[in-house]
Amino acid sequence: MSAENPESASAEEQKEMEDKVISPEKVEEAKLKARYPHLGQKPGGSDFLRKRLQKGQKYFDSGDYNMAKAKMKNKQLPTAAPDKTEVTGDHIPTPQDLPQRKPSLVASKLAG
Amino acid sequence: GFGSLMQDVLWCFSQVKGTIDVGVTEADVISTVEFNHTGELLATGDKGGRVVIFQREQESKNQPHRRGEYNVYSTFQSHEPEFDYLKSLEIEEKINKIRWLPQQNAAYFLLSTNDKTVKLWKVSERDKRPEGYNLKDEDGRLRDPSMITMLRVPVLRPMDLMVEATPRRVFANAHTYHINSISVNSDYETYMSADDLRINLWNFEITNQSFNIVDIKPANMEELTEVITAAEFHPHHCNTFVYSSSKGTIRLCDMRTSALCDRHAKFFEEPEDPSNRSFFSEIISSISDVKFSHSGRFIMTRDYLTVKVWDLNMENRPIETYQVHDYLRSKLCSLYENDCIFDKFECVWNGSDSVIMTGSYNNFFRMFDRNTKRDVTLEASRENSKPRAILKPRKVCVGGKRRKDEISVDSLDFSKKILHTAWHPSENIIAVAATNNLYIFQDKVN
Repeated sequence: MSAENPESASAEEQKEMEDKVISPEKVEEAKLKARYPHLGQKPGGSDFLRKRLQKGQKYFDSGDYNMAKAKMKNKQLPTAAPDKTEVTGDHIPTPQDLPQRKPSLVASKLAG
Repeated sequence: GFGSLMQDVLWCFSQVKGTIDVGVTEADVISTVEFNHTGELLATGDKGGRVVIFQREQESKNQPHRRGEYNVYSTFQSHEPEFDYLKSLEIEEKINKIRWLPQQNAAYFLLSTNDKTVKLWKVSERDKRPEGYNLKDEDGRLRDPSMITMLRVPVLRPMDLMVEATPRRVFANAHTYHINSISVNSDYETYMSADDLRINLWNFEITNQSFNIVDIKPANMEELTEVITAAEFHPHHCNTFVYSSSKGTIRLCDMRTSALCDRHAKFFEEPEDPSNRSFFSEIISSISDVKFSHSGRFIMTRDYLTVKVWDLNMENRPIETYQVHDYLRSKLCSLYENDCIFDKFECVWNGSDSVIMTGSYNNFFRMFDRNTKRDVTLEASRENSKPRAILKPRKVCVGGKRRKDEISVDSLDFSKKILHTAWHPSENIIAVAATNNLYIFQDKVN
């Protein structure tokens, strides 16, 4: 069925059905919570959204930078992982770390 | 033809663009597809910031079955990767959206945008060049004026057709967050660009200013609960636009009521059964695309599992809901883990607003006929790529016995996602982007 139809069962029958059947979504939710017990309570809220808004953020700010520097004083400088976009402030950016992305000078293969 | 019913339409393979690569280069992934207003041109944008425009060839009486194939017309580098050193922000060159302007003279104009910058491109043909200048020779070198003894009038001589794309306007530095939508207004003088939290209105002639018309950024970012996911102008009423949110709601705004349209004129939301609520509810209700019908009477929204059609006059629920791939409901846990649950699928209307189309996984795409309520699942694959081969409907087997032609849910390839599709404005011709390949399908002639 492509278009949803209104429930034809009476309200009573419906409640009975719901009591017996757990929605597949809830089953999946239980699975997820079993694997990640510390998962936040507000899933659609700030955590996701902030991650979305931070896309592309490589390094945080100078405060973060200085704190990381202080932490790193006794440790070896970690090498930059160019693909780790979510973690900020954990390593110290050096000129070599900053992306040297060149634009693609190759023509699109669609035009070939 | 125009407005044909689903059972009369047999879709056939027409063309495929792109290469068969074992490993796909990231830059080649197609990120947007759009026909222009006549359907003569078809534009694609990719992750590498490049735009390729195809043009439909004139139909020839000698080869009626070839029904106007699309060939490369122009290609250019629209956006390049940038690094904002002040904000430590990597700016991708990926083209998020392309929108065409209606044609007003011989040249074609389109808007292309990445996360931060919108550009207006002019695509024009040159088939003549001036020859016989007085002050420079044919190679362009300046001639010594003292050596010139006679004057001549330069003339235009034919040359091989050259198609040039030039950036005419660059609309930059107006978005703190990532641009998800652009939409040309029906006044053809303005357009809007929308990011996660704000929508700006631009005049095509002015690049150093834009009006902010929607701002949903909370004073305290800790209180952020929803973001803007898509926005579009009404096709005829230049004062009206809609924007969708990550919470599954749509707001319709009227720019005549106030300069800042933070207060909506209409608010579309389907009531949710609280007993059905799960961890995934909000994520899968996030709207990834919103499109006005050509008539302007309806809007269509796409969320993770469904496509919905809303009547502008009814805010409390959609008038139609179509299940795209409901069998994924029992896979949400793994789809969350591999991030597929955040995939943003688009949706499109056909020219007569009678059929809607959207993509799915395994290179499947779905069409729903609003009148007959029939639906079909088709596949974009190289195996079905013989010229004019009729596409066979596909079926996903949910459980129990799998028939010979069916594919089981567990065998679906989630890396083959069809996020972007386009429908010719008046004919049954569709363009389907399958990762780095562009498929063009047409309905069967005769």
